[in-house]
Amino acid sequence: MPRGCIRRVKPPPFEYHAPTSIDEACSLLSSLEDAKVLAGGQSLVPLLNFRLARPAHLVDINRLPGLDRIYERDGGVAVGALTRQAAVEDSELVARVCPLLTDAMGLIAHRVIRNRGTVCGSLAHSDPASELPAVLLALGGNVIARSTRGDRVIPAGELFKSVFETTLAPDELLVEAWFPAPSGPFAIAEESRRHGDFALAGVVRVADRLALFGVAPTPVLADPRDPTRGLDPSGDLEATPEFRLHLVKVLTERVLAA
Amino acid sequence: MKVNGVDRPAPADPRRLLSDHLRHDLGLTGTHVGCEHGVCGCCTVLLDGAPVRSCLMLAVQAEGHDVTTIEGLAAPGAPLHPVQQAFHECHGLQCGFCTPGFVMSVVGFLKENPNPSPEQIDEGISGNLCRCTGYASIRRAVHRAAELTSLSPSGERVRERGEAR
Repeated sequence: MPRGCIRRVKPPPFEYHAPTSIDEACSLLSSLEDAKVLAGGQSLVPLLNFRLARPAHLVDINRLPGLDRIYERDGGVAVGALTRQAAVEDSELVARVCPLLTDAMGLIAHRVIRNRGTVCGSLAHSDPASELPAVLLALGGNVIARSTRGDRVIPAGELFKSVFETTLAPDELLVEAWFPAPSGPFAIAEESRRHGDFALAGVVRVADRLALFGVAPTPVLADPRDPTRGLDPSGDLEATPEFRLHLVKVLTERVLAA
Repeated sequence: MKVNGVDRPAPADPRRLLSDHLRHDLGLTGTHVGCEHGVCGCCTVLLDGAPVRSCLMLAVQAEGHDVTTIEGLAAPGAPLHPVQQAFHECHGLQCGFCTPGFVMSVVGFLKENPNPSPEQIDEGISGNLCRCTGYASIRRAVHRAAELTSLSPSGERVRERGEAR
């Protein structure tokens, strides 16, 4: 073994905190400067490994009790901050009340990633090409943000601010997401270069609401009759802007046929 | 944390990834490290029985949990685990770099899908990359592993008791 390997670490320096109650987690978040919440870590740890994220503090919420629930509430399903995506994928309750959420799970990375990744973590991470923010937006769901100041309900339409940015305050912990039952026909479709990759473009339909992902800094609602109107997607090695617009049209036809 | 049934202290440095902890602190170099950002699947281990990427976990997060690595599937000299046996029989490996990750993923996969369809197998191994085999022999190995496991239903249980030693 090369000598340099023995002490090696990938992530940049951070102070690690492992609170054991939600109150403790919230008071840490309110007192620490530049803290990041660690849940499933399937997006955050790669960013740490690449040293693209350099938070001063990591608040690991995996030891908080009672946050891994899935339960029925207000005509939808509520999913706690520590509920793994695999648990939602396998949940009979979710399949019965909000089957769109079940369908979306199969498109998120791979089962091994979903064993660890959380639904609420995907929402808080707010990757523009990820499925769950668009699903929450199409359904008109919301999330509960908790802090030492109390609870705040943030509707999906007000949660996603920009690329990897939400309207959660630095001292707020996303403790629960609520996905209402779809009010009509629903479908999710996406196109990616490889199975399990982030989508080049994706479309979620709930009745006559259409949410797009992968084509703007946040998921966006679109007019089903003219889904590309006003869109200005970016281009990269994987797809040109024109190809992304083409995909939106094709995928919209597919979900409208559902 | 328990690693292959043995109590192990967590590393002092919270920045140590579970994959690096297994390899460099515990000498369990059967867990391979490829991309270190969750894409290749080489570093897959079982956490409380479910396959996870060890490069996407801090080692301190495994405190209080059971970790099983490829070394924990069969003791030296003991018969191979059915999944290992199947990869051996079906030539499910060439260079072997990706193999520990595949085997650990497939162990977890077969626990959830004891009689998988070809489509389920493709889905089940889709999170692991192999640059040698073209996957055809790996698919066959997963079929064979399902067969071997069902032929000796006690096989899995015996192994799991073995891990706890």
